[in-house]
Amino acid sequence: MKHILLFIGCFFIGGFLYSQDKNQRKTNDSIRKLDEIVLTGRRKLSNYRQQKTLSSIDEYLEKANKITMIKRGNYAWEPSLNNMTSDRLSVTIDGMQIYGACTDKMDPITSYVDVSNLEKVTVNSGQEGTENTNCIGGGIDLKLPSSKFYDSGLKSSIDLGYETNGNYKSTGLDIEYSANKFYISADGIFRKSDNYTAGGNIEVNYSQFQKYNISVQSGYKINDSNSIEVDLIYDQANDVGYPALPMDVSLAKATIASLAHNYKNDSTTIKAWETKLYFNTITHIMDDSKRPNVPIRMDMPGWSDTYGFYSKVKFNLNKHRLIANLNSHYNRSLAEMTMYPNDPTENTMFMYTWPDVKTFNSGIYLKDEFNITPHQTLSLSTRLALQINRIDNTVGLQSLQIYYPDMQDSKSRFLTSLSSNYSFKKHDYELSFGLGYGERAPSVSEGYGFYLFNSFDKYDYIGNPNLKNEKALEFNFNANRTFKKLNVAIEASYFYISDYIIGEIDPTLIAMTIGANGVRIYKALDNASIFSAFLNTEYKISSSFAINTSIGYNYGKGDSNQNLPLIRPFSYLAELNYMHKSFSSSLQLKGDGNQTNYSANYGEDLTPSYSIMNFNLGNRFEFKDTSIILKMGIENIFDKNYSTYADWNNFPRQGRNFYINLSYLM
Amino acid sequence: MKNLKYLLPILFVFTIFTACDPTDEPVIDETENLIKVQEFRNETHIIEVYTESGNFYTGYNNISIRIKDNATQKYLKNIAINWMPTMQMPTMTHSCPKSELTKVNESTTLYNGYTVFQMTGLDASGWSLKFMYTIDGVDYMVQDTIMVLQSTRQNVTTFTGTDSVKYIMALIEPNNPKIAINDMVVGLYKMENMMSFPVVENYTITLDPRMPSMGNHSSPNNTDLTYSMVDSMYHGDLSLTMTGYWKLNLKLLDAQNTVLKGEDIVDGMVEQSSLYLEIEF
Repeated sequence: MKHILLFIGCFFIGGFLYSQDKNQRKTNDSIRKLDEIVLTGRRKLSNYRQQKTLSSIDEYLEKANKITMIKRGNYAWEPSLNNMTSDRLSVTIDGMQIYGACTDKMDPITSYVDVSNLEKVTVNSGQEGTENTNCIGGGIDLKLPSSKFYDSGLKSSIDLGYETNGNYKSTGLDIEYSANKFYISADGIFRKSDNYTAGGNIEVNYSQFQKYNISVQSGYKINDSNSIEVDLIYDQANDVGYPALPMDVSLAKATIASLAHNYKNDSTTIKAWETKLYFNTITHIMDDSKRPNVPIRMDMPGWSDTYGFYSKVKFNLNKHRLIANLNSHYNRSLAEMTMYPNDPTENTMFMYTWPDVKTFNSGIYLKDEFNITPHQTLSLSTRLALQINRIDNTVGLQSLQIYYPDMQDSKSRFLTSLSSNYSFKKHDYELSFGLGYGERAPSVSEGYGFYLFNSFDKYDYIGNPNLKNEKALEFNFNANRTFKKLNVAIEASYFYISDYIIGEIDPTLIAMTIGANGVRIYKALDNASIFSAFLNTEYKISSSFAINTSIGYNYGKGDSNQNLPLIRPFSYLAELNYMHKSFSSSLQLKGDGNQTNYSANYGEDLTPSYSIMNFNLGNRFEFKDTSIILKMGIENIFDKNYSTYADWNNFPRQGRNFYINLSYLM
Repeated sequence: MKNLKYLLPILFVFTIFTACDPTDEPVIDETENLIKVQEFRNETHIIEVYTESGNFYTGYNNISIRIKDNATQKYLKNIAINWMPTMQMPTMTHSCPKSELTKVNESTTLYNGYTVFQMTGLDASGWSLKFMYTIDGVDYMVQDTIMVLQSTRQNVTTFTGTDSVKYIMALIEPNNPKIAINDMVVGLYKMENMMSFPVVENYTITLDPRMPSMGNHSSPNNTDLTYSMVDSMYHGDLSLTMTGYWKLNLKLLDAQNTVLKGEDIVDGMVEQSSLYLEIEF
C-alpha cells in the first residue's frame, strides 16, 4: 500500500513541478473530436445534425471511426473499439457499471438504453478510457442528459419513423417540465421490426425484434451549487431474433436506477463534485422455441445485478485541471442452462454456465490535465483498483472444480492503469502523442464460463480462473493539419498486449454442445499486437458543399504471427455533404476491402470486399411555437447483398432500405 | 428487574431437575435417516430391517438391522448373526453378492451389511431373506420373502468375461450424484457357484462417462477404478458436468491388464461399451 501511495504521489508531483508558465487556457478537445459522438444538445431524438433522427444507438456508434459493431442479428450489436470487444472495453452508462446477462454476448450494455435516454456518447481510446473501470481497448460512456434547470416550462416532442426494409416502425414521445429549481422529464420509445431482407430481396429469417424503453429523470436544486437528481430507465426487448445464432431471445429487460448529488461552483477550487449511487438489474432469457429444427431444446436464462457508487471531483489548481474519481461496484452474474432430452423419459439436463460469480471492484482514478503553455497540454491519468471475484454457489464451484480441482472460491487481483498524453496545437495544426500501460481482469466468461458455445468457431468455451491479468502497452499518435479548405487528420494507435486472453483448443476434451467441434479453454497468448490507423480528410468546396473521406487500416497478430479474429480489413468512407440553411443532404459511399488476414482458427473465412451507397436528405420547418424535422433517405441504394467481417457467421446485411423520420416539436 | 428475582429460582430448580434425568446415556435415535422395510418375526425375536429408501432395489443395497427380544422388549447388542438372500427361480435357486453383517459400533444395536440383487421378478417377487443368529449357544433362524423393486437405471450388471468367468458388477457410489467430481465406488464379484459370490481383487475398471442425449458428450478428469483393500471395493473419480442421464462406459481388466469385457468408445464408430452402468439425476 505504501508503494502505491508513493507512486501516486510521484506521479502528481512530477506534474506539478512541470508547471511554470502562468498562462491558463482551456484545453482543446478538437483533436479527439472523432472520439465523441454528440447525439444531441437539448432535444435528444430530434437532433438536427443526425441523418436519421430515430436511428438506434448502435447506428450512431457505428459512425465513429474506431468503432465497428459486431452483428449477430438486427438488434443488440456489440461495439468493438480498436478491434477489441466487450471483454477488453469499459462500457458504462453515465459512469454506472452494467454487466450483460447473456453468456453469448447477445446483450451488450448498449442494447439496454436508447437514444432517447442519452445526451452523448463519449469514446476514449485505450488507457484514456479507464475512468470507470480498468480496460485495454478503451472506454465507451453513454452519457445521460445533464441537469435541465432551464425554466422553460412544459415542452414535448413526438417522433415517428418508418423503414421499408423489415417494415420497421418506431415511435418516440418526450415530455419535459422545467422550472428554475425543479425539472422532470419522461420519454418513451417503441421499436418493432419484422424480418429484414438482404440484397436481392432475400428474407433473413429470425431477424425480427421489438423493444420499448421508458425513462424518467427528475432533479431538484437545493441551492445555487447543490442539486439532487434521480434517473430511472426501464428497457425491455421481446421476440428478438438472432439469425446468426442457433437461439433467439424471448426477453431481455433492464432496470437502471440512480440517485445523484451534484455540486457545481465556478468560483471555488472545487468546480464540480458529483456523487452517484446506482443499481441495475438485468434478466435475459434465451429461447429456441421458434426454431423448427434444433438438435436439442434448451432454456438459457441469465441474470445480472449490479450495485455501485462513484464520487467524482473536478478541481483546478494553477494550470492543472484535476479529476479524481473514487468508485466501487458489486456485481452478481448467474446463468444456467436446462436441456430437454429428445427421449422424454430422461431427466432434464442442467448446468450453471455462469456459476453465480460475484465481482467486487473498487478503484480510484486520478487525472491531471496540465497546460504547459497555451499551445501545449500534458495529461496524465492513473487508475488503481482491487478486484475480487467469488463463487458463492457450491454446485457452480464444484462444476468448475471438475476442470480446476484445486480452485479456490475467490480470487483477488490488483489492476493498474497509467496513461500520458502530450498535445501541441497551433492554429492550423495539432499533434498529440500518448503512451499508456494498463491491465484488466478476465471477464466473467473468461474466468468462470462453463461450456459456453461460440457459434462462430463452433467450440464450447470453458473459463479459466487461473488466468493472469491481461496487460497492454499502448502508443497513440494523432496529427491534424488544415490547409485553407482542406483538413487532413491522421490517427494511429498500437497496442502490445501480453497475456492476451483467447480460447485455445484442448484436443483431449469432448464437446458438450451437439455439433460443436470441440472444447476451447481460455488461455493466454504470450503476446499480441493490434494496430490501427485512419486517415481522415475534409474538403470544403464551398460554404454549402463539403467532402469527407476516411481510410482505415487495421492489423492484429498473435505471438506466432497468427491472425487475431475480428480484425477489421481495410475500410473506406467518402461522403459528399450539402447544407444550406435548414436543409441538409449527403451521399455516402462506404466499404471494406477483402478480409485477407482472417483467422481460420477462430471460424473466420475470407469475407469479400463490398461497397454500398447511401443517400439522405432532411429539412427543418420552423413555425411560430413549433417545428417539424423531416429526414428521409435510402440505404444500400443498389441493393447489394453483402456481409462484413463483423457479421457473425457471414449472415447478410440489409438490402435496400427507404426510411423516413418525422419529428414534431412543441 | 423486579420480576427477575422470581424468575431466577425457577430457572435454578429447572436446571437441577434436568440434570437429574435418570438415563445417563443420551438417547440417540440410531435409525434416524433410515426407513423400516419390514420386520422378520419368529416366536422369540423381531428383526427390523432398514434401508435409506425404505425399499429393496436391484443393485447395491445398504441394509441395517436390529433384533428385539420379544420377552424383554429390548434390542440385543452382542450376537453373532449371518444372513442369506436367495432367489427362487422355476428351475433353480441362487443367491447374490453380499457382505457379512457387522456391528455398526460398540454402543449401538444396529448391524450393517449390503447385498447386490442382480435381478428381480416381474412383480418384484422371487427373493427371500434368511437370518441365522446365535444367542447364548442357542441357534435361531427367521426367514421371509422380500420385495425387490427394479431400479430404473442399470446400476448392476452380470456378464461373462473372456476368461469364461461370470461376474457381477454393482454401482455403489455416487448414491447422490452431483455436478462435480464424484467419488465413484464399484463392487466386483465373481460367481463361484449359485450360492457363492466372492469379491474379485486387484483388477482395474476403466471409466468413460458419456451422455448419449448430448451427442455422447464426455467430461474431463475421470480416473480408472482401482481396488482398495480397505473396503474391498473399486474406487475412482467420476466427473459429471451436468444433471441428466449418463452412461458410464467401462472396461474390465484383470491383474495382467487383459481386457475381460468392454470396449473403448470411438467417436462415430463405437458409441458405447458392452460393459456399462447408468446414472440419472
